[in-house]
Amino acid sequence: MKAYDIVIIGGGPAGLAAAAAAKRSGIDSILILERDKELGGILNQCIHNGFGLHTFKEELTGPEYASRFIDQVEELGIEYRLNTMVMDISPNKVVTAMNREEGLYEIQAKAIVLAMGCRERSRGALNIPGYRPAGIYSAGTAQRLVNMEGFMPGRTCVILGSGDIGLIMARRMTFEGAKVKVVAELMPYSGGLKRNIVQCLDDYGIPLKLSHTVVDIKGKERLEGITLAQVDNKGKPIPGTEEFYECDTLLLSVGLIPENELSNGMGVSMNPITSGPIVNESLETNIEGVFACGNVLHVHDLVDFVSEEAAAAGRNAAKYVQEGAAANVKEVITLKGVDGVRYTVPSTINVDRMADQLIVRFRVGGVYKNCYVATYFDDERVLRRKRPVVAPGEMEEVKLTKEQLLKYPDLKTITIKIEEA
Amino acid sequence: MFDYDVIIIGAGVSGACSARELSRYNVKACVIEKEEDVCCGTSKANSAIVHAGYDAANGSLMAKLNVQGNQMMEAMSKELDFPFKKNGSLVICLSEDDMPNLQKLYERGIANGVKDLKILNKEEVLAMEPNVTDDVVAALYAPTAGIVCPFNMNIAYAENAYTNGVEFKFNTEVSDIQKVDGGWKLITNNGEYTTKFVVNAAGVYADKLHNMVSDKKINITARRGDYCLMDKSAGKHVSKTIFALPGKFGKGILVTPTVHGNLLLGPTAIDIENKEGVNTTRPGLDEVISKAGMNVKNIPMRSVITSFAGLRAHEDNHEFIIGEVEGAPGFIDCAGIESPGLTSAPAIGCMVADILKEKMGLEPKADFVAERKGIVNPEHLSKEERIALIKEKPAYGNIICRCEMISEGEIIDAITRPLGAKSLDGVKRRTRAGMGRCQSGFCSPRTMEILSRELNMSMFEVTKAGGKSTIVVGTNKDVL
Repeated sequence: MKAYDIVIIGGGPAGLAAAAAAKRSGIDSILILERDKELGGILNQCIHNGFGLHTFKEELTGPEYASRFIDQVEELGIEYRLNTMVMDISPNKVVTAMNREEGLYEIQAKAIVLAMGCRERSRGALNIPGYRPAGIYSAGTAQRLVNMEGFMPGRTCVILGSGDIGLIMARRMTFEGAKVKVVAELMPYSGGLKRNIVQCLDDYGIPLKLSHTVVDIKGKERLEGITLAQVDNKGKPIPGTEEFYECDTLLLSVGLIPENELSNGMGVSMNPITSGPIVNESLETNIEGVFACGNVLHVHDLVDFVSEEAAAAGRNAAKYVQEGAAANVKEVITLKGVDGVRYTVPSTINVDRMADQLIVRFRVGGVYKNCYVATYFDDERVLRRKRPVVAPGEMEEVKLTKEQLLKYPDLKTITIKIEEA
Repeated sequence: MFDYDVIIIGAGVSGACSARELSRYNVKACVIEKEEDVCCGTSKANSAIVHAGYDAANGSLMAKLNVQGNQMMEAMSKELDFPFKKNGSLVICLSEDDMPNLQKLYERGIANGVKDLKILNKEEVLAMEPNVTDDVVAALYAPTAGIVCPFNMNIAYAENAYTNGVEFKFNTEVSDIQKVDGGWKLITNNGEYTTKFVVNAAGVYADKLHNMVSDKKINITARRGDYCLMDKSAGKHVSKTIFALPGKFGKGILVTPTVHGNLLLGPTAIDIENKEGVNTTRPGLDEVISKAGMNVKNIPMRSVITSFAGLRAHEDNHEFIIGEVEGAPGFIDCAGIESPGLTSAPAIGCMVADILKEKMGLEPKADFVAERKGIVNPEHLSKEERIALIKEKPAYGNIICRCEMISEGEIIDAITRPLGAKSLDGVKRRTRAGMGRCQSGFCSPRTMEILSRELNMSMFEVTKAGGKSTIVVGTNKDVL
């Protein structure tokens, strides 16, 4: 059996950044397994710009951003396999992989970084009634067809869901000659970044209908049209508000789901809110030496933060290989999100093992204006930051320092909450 | 001179089983189908249950063929290589007041010849199936019930018929049937065909065809059933097929594992006018979800991956009509095939073939091939066998559908085998590529490329399910 110190599952932005960081931390024996024919993951089809503002202080396209990391991986001489599907990972870190050339084979890893990304929620998951014709695509599928293959999925388009890919595709379809009639969003707020609403909808006069959803799909062979209706505050369609839109294409941008089939298969504990693994300060899962980062851990808005998080996972994996499992020194601190904060990543902190600074990321469950993001160490409020607006579509963060935490030796729980002004 | 000895109208499961059993004999036969593939109507959208046989009225043809079909299914699944599992079923009784009805069902089952039926008390039911509702009073347990892959059963029968010389014409819709001397002339959108015998296996349209040749009219109502299919993560929620005690409209909402490991909820029973009305509706799906919970608790409703609707071919008298139509010699009805039609299909095929054999004096074919091999399922191979397969055919090492883990090799086989797939849905029914939790979001562009390459057609000709169901309509900026 082949053996590597660190095996990284996925060659997208998370896997690439984790690999580079692990190598720079002194690990030579690293293997990236990627199922697609090239490295870069979903960035390869994200040909719009806006990537890298935080990391490189410039606006790059998705493929350009990916190439910066691919170049690092190449320069660092990190091994990778393309067109390779990981079929299974055992709890003792034997990875079973498959490709055309090598068939089915096993690799023993000392540490594993899970970086499989996410997939799109489908029409079926929403249980939208109606016919099942051609012409209904997830936004990402349409993005692949248009951006990588040059094919138009249709001419007149309605988009359900205001996630970022849907917003980006509204603009792309318009650029390529399609008419985008409307973007409908079930929630009373958009699921995407504010800048995307402005740059992809407002700039092209595409209406965004909040609190609306698709209630019927017409067309037996190819889509002929859809019916939108307004929904009440429980998300139920309001009778009498139905409006028919003739269209041959319906794009769905209704949520992303971390792709954790492999993690589940090996027994990684999951957070039901994020659908990603529960991790500690080292981004390590309940299985020692198995780390997670990027969209497989929790869905991000910005790739810059994926890279940052993944680099931390890579460094921690390297440390695990070099130093072994941390002797279980003391009780860990639990992190909790309450009062509008839906979850936190990580879920626990072992102060001895944390880096000098730790970024806690989270999302809120609704739109809050002129509020405070407050952090409590047990019952004491230690941080409070004013925010003009926080929304579910934009990931938030709180920075904790080791120095600060060392001042609270008996700390049990850190709570992050939204406080109204 | 006739074009064919027998034309079977309809390539659903009844038509395919009839064709296969007929192909044992020296006969020139053809199946004509209005859709682009086999298994495109009622046969593709149903509960996929192999019923034990206690539902149908004692002494009915339906009861007889149900029990026969049930008894044949296991052997046929081996002979023709399609997925089948004898998982057993429970009919749940929720009230002491309904116990006489459960008892009646038990007695009818015994009278129909169903083996090993047993009425279980509450404790026995919950021990067998812990997720059945705590309100259960008793249940009828039928260990002979099963679950089958409806697509591959239909496809396997059709492929084997084809291998044994039966022709298939797709995209061919019969618009009229005329009596000619010694036989029949079928008028279709693809020309006229003469035949000595006709088998009317046209599903929800069987009344239309019957009524073209007979004054004794029959009426078939499309009775829609909405279903919700759940992710494999919910597939072990129950191990047996859980029925409600039957009411006026069919068998109520059932909860069953599928033979592929998903969980299926449904169907509703809504009579509709439109024989193409396979659209689900909000009330229909809501009914499925609310009523499924009456018999099974804690169903993880968030795990729904798709919903669909199928149309039962409900004949007014709720009975199979199989036999030569009075006053129309050589015109054989195979009509009113609603549940338990899928279960009965192997027996229906034998019955139709026997009728034709009798009437035509057919002789067995010396070179009849009884066995058919399906698309290889790598999950059933040992690691060594799988490695050897990939070495021989590297396409089996290239995963295309990552939800169901379907390789390029399986997809190529689905396209290039006899009566191969021509569309995404054709590939899906044969291999399950695109049938998983992402519902083809990831694999559809890749499967399109394989279809385009293997069938030497442009990407603009690749369809979801034939006809006008094209997936891409042009190239970027082509209209600017």
